[in-house]
Amino acid sequence: MKICVLVKEVPDAAVTKRIDPSTGRLDRGGEKNLNPYDTHAIEAAMQLKEGGEVQVDEIIAVTMGPGSAVRALHKAVSLGADRSVHLSDDALAGSDVAATGYALAQTLKRESPDLVLLGQQSDDGECYTIGAVVADHLQMPSLTQVIKMDVSDGGLRCERQAEYGYDTVQVELPAVISVGDAINEPRYPSLKAIMGAKKKPLDALGTGDVEIDASRVGTDGSQVECGNFKAPPAKSAGLIIEDEDTNETVEKIVAWLDERKLI
Amino acid sequence: MAGILVYALHYEGAFNKNSLGAVAEAARLASELGTEAHAIVVGEGVSDDLAGQLGGYGAAKVFKVEGPEGLSQPVVDAMAKVMTDNGHDYALFGGGLLGFEIGAGLAARIGAGVTMEVTSVSVDGGKLVAERPILGDSSISESRYKGKGIIIGRLNAFEVPASNGGTAAVETVDVEFSPWSTKAKMVQRGEQRGADVDIEGADVLIAGGRGLGKPEGFDQLQDLAGAFGGNSAVAATRAVVDAGWYPYAAQIGQTGKTVAPKLYLAAGISGAIQHKVGMQSSENIVAINKDSNAPIFEFSDLGIVGDLNKIVPKLIEAVKAKKGS
Ligand SMILES: Cc1cc2nc3c(=O)[nH]c(=O)nc-3n(C[C@H](O)[C@H](O)[C@H](O)COP(=O)(O)OP(=O)(O)OC[C@H]3O[C@@H](n4cnc5c(N)ncnc54)[C@H](O)[C@@H]3O)c2cc1C
Repeated sequence: MKICVLVKEVPDAAVTKRIDPSTGRLDRGGEKNLNPYDTHAIEAAMQLKEGGEVQVDEIIAVTMGPGSAVRALHKAVSLGADRSVHLSDDALAGSDVAATGYALAQTLKRESPDLVLLGQQSDDGECYTIGAVVADHLQMPSLTQVIKMDVSDGGLRCERQAEYGYDTVQVELPAVISVGDAINEPRYPSLKAIMGAKKKPLDALGTGDVEIDASRVGTDGSQVECGNFKAPPAKSAGLIIEDEDTNETVEKIVAWLDERKLI
Repeated sequence: MAGILVYALHYEGAFNKNSLGAVAEAARLASELGTEAHAIVVGEGVSDDLAGQLGGYGAAKVFKVEGPEGLSQPVVDAMAKVMTDNGHDYALFGGGLLGFEIGAGLAARIGAGVTMEVTSVSVDGGKLVAERPILGDSSISESRYKGKGIIIGRLNAFEVPASNGGTAAVETVDVEFSPWSTKAKMVQRGEQRGADVDIEGADVLIAGGRGLGKPEGFDQLQDLAGAFGGNSAVAATRAVVDAGWYPYAAQIGQTGKTVAPKLYLAAGISGAIQHKVGMQSSENIVAINKDSNAPIFEFSDLGIVGDLNKIVPKLIEAVKAKKGS
């Protein structure tokens, strides 16, 4: 079985994000990292490989993004992927969710995976949606926000929490599954794996290599135009206490509760 | 006709509240556009009576499709067919898990633009424009669609009016499901898990999130609830319920319970929108979080920026002392 894991480079959660006023897009400068949810997708692939229920021949990390996204691929390889694929092209800049999903699906077609895994959300934008877009283009069944996944009856038995409780869904392969962060505890890469990551094979591809119709990607190929950014209405905030002296903080909390007859 | 089609999610004979809000919103927008709002219902053996109820919220017509409930891809097949056959330009969803999945799949299928987490929709130049908060809600961005548009609302973004009692015409549509959409099968839907914790009637709810760091963190919260005594209980976020730290029966939020106690004390909870919708009606909200930028501080009455491991033990003692006095 061949597993492709979609990964993404995102701004570090600790760094304040902002819109670049000149382009109207997210400023992607500053510290970047592998999207934390994607590390759970890689771990899920590793657990399938190590679980022994199915034979996993290869785990391939796939990303679309600028040159710097190579670092996210190195991180993915250090966490267990055998090799990686990097789709990068100026023509892709400004792609919306649907265009991004299309471009990724075309890239995946080249690999013919038996399973595509991804994190259910990225730290920097569209959430819960890429998996469904990719699945439709690949004509594969898909499920998102999965928190448990077991090999069963030649396919995967997946669980997730939905609006009315827990759903258990049996999915035939090939399939596209996006996972939540409760699915596993990702491992730490070993020093050896980090050092070796840059030596693993990395395919650098452009839109021409994966038969992407240029009119369907980039700003022109996107069906949504975003802009006109504005600040949200101001909210009336409550009282805030910074905890410096905990005894004092607790006294203040108790007084506040007492005043409202909550204690 | 630039009509609007709304997906109405239902479970055990009742429609999801967010879906009803979306139908009403679509009706409002459609009248401004000079067109109609329609709804689509997918399920096994859905009665015309149930489907027709959407008329009371403004749907001029309801398309009824026989198919599996709770999975997204059969609905993508159904909506793509109905939109193509009837010339709808927009699809509207009321938020929630299936909205994300169906909306995104549908965008791929019909080549439409899609916007999620939408908080408001307006009409400009005969087209829909959607507003969406971005970057942790620090900015709002406007989406305009070149062609067809798919709009997925944020939870509770669209108000749910009372039904005006009207009924809609119901049209049954036969859909041939695509081969891949029949390869996912619901084994069990809506299973309720975990011990039966009664949180809905509590006056004081102490809620814990991932900031507790480990399942044992809930023991501390039990002690705090115990210190308040009387009618108090411990609740949790989905993040920790998913991780198996606390029973689902005590989960607050979109996919859990809605509560409105006199006091809601949130420890180590970020305050994500899906959590907020379940507890925002609490009379008094107190939050302890070490991150001063945590969204929960935007809607708490008292916010404490600090480490719960330092604060909670002392708070337990102080509440006990106060109660004892
Ligand atoms: C379709 C859908 C439905 C959902 N339904 C629900 C739902 O019903 N209910 C729900 O809760 N969520 C729901 N979610 C998930 C929701 O989006 C959030 O992921 C979840 O609420 C986060 O839980 P949390 O606050 O415990 O964890 P996190 O977001 O990880 O927050 C943990 C917080 O703890 C703080 N912290 C860490 N350590 C400490 C410390 N020592 N002291 C103090 N503070 C600390 C951190 O600063 C952080 O703010 C849903 C999501 C989706 C997509």
